[in-house]
Amino acid sequence: MSDSIELVYEVSGDDFTRAGEASSDVKKKLKLMGVHHDIIRKVSIAMYEGEINMVIHANGGTITVVVSDTDVTMVLADTGPGIPDIEKAMTAGYSTAPENVRNLGFGAGMGLPNMKKYSDEFNIESTVGVGTTVTMKVYLQ
Amino acid sequence: MTVGELCDSGKFKVINRGDDTDRQIGAVFCCDLLSIAMSRGIEDAAWVTVMGNINTVAVMALTDMALIVLAEGVQMDAPGLAKAQEEGSCVLASEKPIFDIALEIHELIS
Repeated sequence: MSDSIELVYEVSGDDFTRAGEASSDVKKKLKLMGVHHDIIRKVSIAMYEGEINMVIHANGGTITVVVSDTDVTMVLADTGPGIPDIEKAMTAGYSTAPENVRNLGFGAGMGLPNMKKYSDEFNIESTVGVGTTVTMKVYLQ
Repeated sequence: MTVGELCDSGKFKVINRGDDTDRQIGAVFCCDLLSIAMSRGIEDAAWVTVMGNINTVAVMALTDMALIVLAEGVQMDAPGLAKAQEEGSCVLASEKPIFDIALEIHELIS
């Protein structure tokens, strides 16, 4: 069994000029590793949505991506305000994004639903006032 | 029709020609909400939108769409243009409404 590859990204808060950089970098690296196109697309979408959420809601955070023989695991951890009602936040169309973010084309309430849809395993843990950690796994097979 | 041929058709203002000029345009996609574009964007599509910012370029690249066509005279903002140049992404623009542009490209590629 070969070793896993770990990539770590610091995401800045409220900086839309850099949002998506981590996802783009992971996409490029997975391409170089010869990962199947459909898998890359799933990882890209799930991670980009998470990255944008961190920028919008949590003043940034850290994304750790581990590529193993069997899957790509993304752990997105922030120390933002936390999510009071996860079930509600997971509802398609529900959004708490501010007006300036909506004007950029976000805030359709699709972020978390997209993340769940495009990952094979999805877990979210959040504590109000402490932060949120989202773990997503996309299988390579 | 390739991205380069669409650039050379004279029908659109070429904001950034990009590096992927030999790529075949396979579809037309219209959407202004980036989260929906993110999940529904069609690979190799010409994406017609009025969102001209850096995130539009990121979504295009992540979903493997072929190019962005900005409608209604919308301009790509400076960070978006810089990103498009850096990524080698094709960006065109037109004064026309989204539907008219989409129909025109659809006819060109059909």
